[in-house]
Amino acid sequence: MWDYITERNSQLLYQSYQHLSLVIQCVLLATVIAVGLAVVVHRNPRIASLAGAVSAVGLTIPSFALLGLMIPVAGIGTATSVVAVTFYACLPILRNAVVGLAGVDSTLIESARGMGMGAVRTLFRIELPLAWPVILAGVRVSAQMSMGIAAIAAYVLGPGLGSFIFTGLTQIGGKNALNSALVGTIGVVLLALILDAMLLLVGRLTTSRGIRA
Amino acid sequence: MPESEPEVSGVDIELTDVVKRYPGQKKPAVEGLSLHIPAGEIVMFVGPSGCGKTTSLKMINRLIEPTSGSIRIGGEDVSRSDDDDLRRRIGYVIQGGSLFPHMTVTQNIALVPGLLGWDKRRTAERVDELLELVGLDPNRYRGRYPRELSGGQQQRVGVARGLAADPPVILMDEPFGAVDPITRQRLQDELLSIQEELRKTIVCVTHDFDEAVKLGDRILILTEGANIAQYDTPEAILANPADRFVADFVGAGAALKQLTLSRVSEIELGQPTVAEIGDPAPDVLRAAKAAGDDSVVVLDGRRRPVDWMWTVDLSDVDNVPAPHEDTDLVTIDRRATLNDALDTMLMSSHGSAVVTGRRDEYLGVVDFQAVLARIQDGNGQPEAEVAQ
Ligand SMILES: Nc1ncnc2c1ncn2[C@@H]1O[C@H](COP(=O)(O)OP(=O)(O)OP(=O)(O)O)[C@@H](O)[C@H]1O
Ligand SMILES: [Mg+2]
Repeated sequence: MWDYITERNSQLLYQSYQHLSLVIQCVLLATVIAVGLAVVVHRNPRIASLAGAVSAVGLTIPSFALLGLMIPVAGIGTATSVVAVTFYACLPILRNAVVGLAGVDSTLIESARGMGMGAVRTLFRIELPLAWPVILAGVRVSAQMSMGIAAIAAYVLGPGLGSFIFTGLTQIGGKNALNSALVGTIGVVLLALILDAMLLLVGRLTTSRGIRA
Repeated sequence: MPESEPEVSGVDIELTDVVKRYPGQKKPAVEGLSLHIPAGEIVMFVGPSGCGKTTSLKMINRLIEPTSGSIRIGGEDVSRSDDDDLRRRIGYVIQGGSLFPHMTVTQNIALVPGLLGWDKRRTAERVDELLELVGLDPNRYRGRYPRELSGGQQQRVGVARGLAADPPVILMDEPFGAVDPITRQRLQDELLSIQEELRKTIVCVTHDFDEAVKLGDRILILTEGANIAQYDTPEAILANPADRFVADFVGAGAALKQLTLSRVSEIELGQPTVAEIGDPAPDVLRAAKAAGDDSVVVLDGRRRPVDWMWTVDLSDVDNVPAPHEDTDLVTIDRRATLNDALDTMLMSSHGSAVVTGRRDEYLGVVDFQAVLARIQDGNGQPEAEVAQ
């Protein structure tokens, strides 16, 4: 297997980079979308339970099926991968962001308003920073999940390590099939660990010392 | 101590027929409150739980919109001004301080100045000034987060935050409700001395009648629906409760509550021997002996009392030492009531308490005899004042 890796060194590195970059971009995009949605949901308690249900049901849709359904609409390629990965990435973040915002002590919000902070200022300076540790926990779950889903998304020819896995699986019994699938899988796991470490660091840098665990 | 009467920086508040009906409730929470709050005074709202104190208070800064009626602050109708703008000009302090946990002490206090666009220098100076005012050393506390403070310290920062932009009006909702009785007493004393300097208009909700008597220039006693049972000075309410409801509310021992009306500052303080840290011990001992004292009060460089030593402990040292951890020094503010003073003395091994003035400066000591003498010759005096 070592030979297999050294032979394809540059291709592996390139695909790993592509995989990681796809996941990071999708998770970033998902964070913005999900937090935005969570704010809307938080302001309209009537749709809060709906959002909870959507994110629970959403997670049960098999990713393979979703990709299959999307190909006729979005075509084969990177765009489809991005949409699919972002969709899944949103769900845990949305759920945590709703919980996080609801967990902010209402007397703090009233204090902020009572001091003359407008609703938008209160959101950005009080509510989101206080909900941030919970949101970030959602982002970490989302990042782990997206690693796997991005691998499956390689099926629709998006970029990433998934291509190694699928090449391996389709040529099962072939000369390098096992190596290919293993290298792809281990690569995904390694990337997931790296990304999680990065997120932990981001968490330390972006969470106020006053509310750090 | 002669001090020129500081200028009133507060403005008056006028409520006219203010009604608040929460949606879906038959009876309004506030059924029609009319009230004049004079500039520069502390008015305490008391009454049974659910009578509408908080609702009435929050209508003043429009956290709750009145259903009808008008509220004027300094002659200006609050419903005419932008609500955020209005609230930046009204200090708001609630139970526990309600500090934002993700911001440092400085950031918490600097919030409203920031909203008002103060520059960095001015804000930083103001933060330090306020921390001094509420008795917290700026160098030690300005960078701390709320969770690194005790409950009493958090409450102090909450008060500093309410004062930050120097608002003429301050609203407080049970500000000292979440701290232990001793800390509460200190915080009350501090508020009184701050008010002595600043003369704001302060509206303060409490459910502790003794606190109302101690802090209030006037007390507003409310019944269900925020109807006024009595609105008068503490002296007048204690002497002549308007009706059964007020009498019950004032509770038993109205005579004893008069103790809450007299301040330590009205008593002649004892002046035992004092020494500064580092003074030669033999000199101090000689002075104590000449005065017939068996203990000396030790002051620091800024004349703040730090220790209260028995002379026997001074006989085997060269200089007056810095205080050790378990000093049995208990201090009270000169604005403390005789009630507080008695409480404090009971905890001291000296049977008396050290009295401090503005910014913790040493003034003298108070003992049981002095308090008893004051009770005896002050008997009936408040009634006499009201009767005239
Ligand atoms: N947001 C609200 N919606 C509906 N009813 C409310 C609301 N807030 C207060 N009330 C009702 O209005 C009445 C007055 O409440 P308020 O909070 O002003 O009482 P309070 O005097 O401050 O009581 P406490 O001493 O318990 O704090 C109560 O009967 C309460 O149930
Ligand atoms: Mg209340």
